[in-house]
Amino acid sequence: MQLTLEFGGGLELLCESVKVHNVNVDLPKGAEKLTMRDLLSWVRTNLIKERPEMFMKGESVRPGVLVLVNDCDWELSGQLDTTLEEKDVVVFISTLHGG
Amino acid sequence: MENQLFKPGERIAIGASGGKDSTVLAYVLSELNRRHNYGLDLFLLSVDEGITGYRDDSLETVKRNELQYGLPLKIVSYKDLYGWTMDEIVKMIGLKNNCTFCGVFRRQALDRGAALLKVDKVATGHNADDIAETVLLNILRGDIARLSRCTSITTGEDGPIPRCKPFKYTYEKEIVMYAYFKKLDYFSTECIYSPNAYRGFAREFIKDLERIRPRAILDIIKSGENFRISTSTKMPEQGTCERCGYISSQKWCKACVLLEGLNRGLPKLGIGRSRGLNSDVKKDIKQGGGTESIESKQCGSLDF
Repeated sequence: MQLTLEFGGGLELLCESVKVHNVNVDLPKGAEKLTMRDLLSWVRTNLIKERPEMFMKGESVRPGVLVLVNDCDWELSGQLDTTLEEKDVVVFISTLHGG
Repeated sequence: MENQLFKPGERIAIGASGGKDSTVLAYVLSELNRRHNYGLDLFLLSVDEGITGYRDDSLETVKRNELQYGLPLKIVSYKDLYGWTMDEIVKMIGLKNNCTFCGVFRRQALDRGAALLKVDKVATGHNADDIAETVLLNILRGDIARLSRCTSITTGEDGPIPRCKPFKYTYEKEIVMYAYFKKLDYFSTECIYSPNAYRGFAREFIKDLERIRPRAILDIIKSGENFRISTSTKMPEQGTCERCGYISSQKWCKACVLLEGLNRGLPKLGIGRSRGLNSDVKKDIKQGGGTESIESKQCGSLDF
């Protein structure tokens, strides 16, 4: 599945300073749909090159990281259970820095 | 509106660090000022602590903000005011208690900058998460004096220049979302000296709480506001510093104590339970690995 992932608020530093990634993610074996849960572990394995604890805590993102799926807060669409479709845009923004 | 933050014709300095809170504050204030004709004279005030690789980059962002929002900018630096940059200070005192120095110096620097600009008030970008963290910190350290003051939306009215926090009830998340959708330009890196700051623990806790029950943040602030101290408790009195005339509850203000320590090669002066110039227990209960920190927010974590 083709997806566009964006990292902001300092998270891009964990992915070699690249803010926008156009990726192709395979569905896990036997699954019909791709969920955010699957995507997160895919990102952790394939895109995060350093300090994974800054991005994820347990199964979900670290508290303080905002997730937008097609410009919509993922808390409205079921958080980890949000299903993704072809060409979706997922944005991760960290809020954990000075203002 | 109900907090009566501003009056028409006032000159307001916006504490600007280039980070998300101050950028959004500058944008929102200038927009509202324009749209509703508040008649406010707005300025950007920035503090240069002298942290290479961090502050110099964020100052570039503030300079861009100056052009983007059309607000005149004034930068005050630790080097000019105190003769020390944060880099030099850290070299002398090591990597602990950095935020103590920086926070104290920054507050004064903002006041001095505000005086130079002849403004009536300073507005800072502290958001709801920050205030909730501060309330927790003060409870954890038993600092009653600060606890009763830290939740006021405007502080220091009897001091040099009053300071207000328009974003007191605004969640950090809302500010980030706003900046993202309005495509505002801000700088987002942690201060390189902040990793061991005590505030970090309060922050982790607040973020975990927010995940389970988001209203907790506002509730903590509400509790802090409703805190009442028995009248029989002894509280420190506000006076002035003998050395520089700044507001202080001790003979010498904290900044003078710290500076004296730096200049005499005594980095621990003013840190921990000191018997030095001020035998003062209430004000500095900063033991062990803990310090108050603001993780590079542009105004001190604790207010007078």
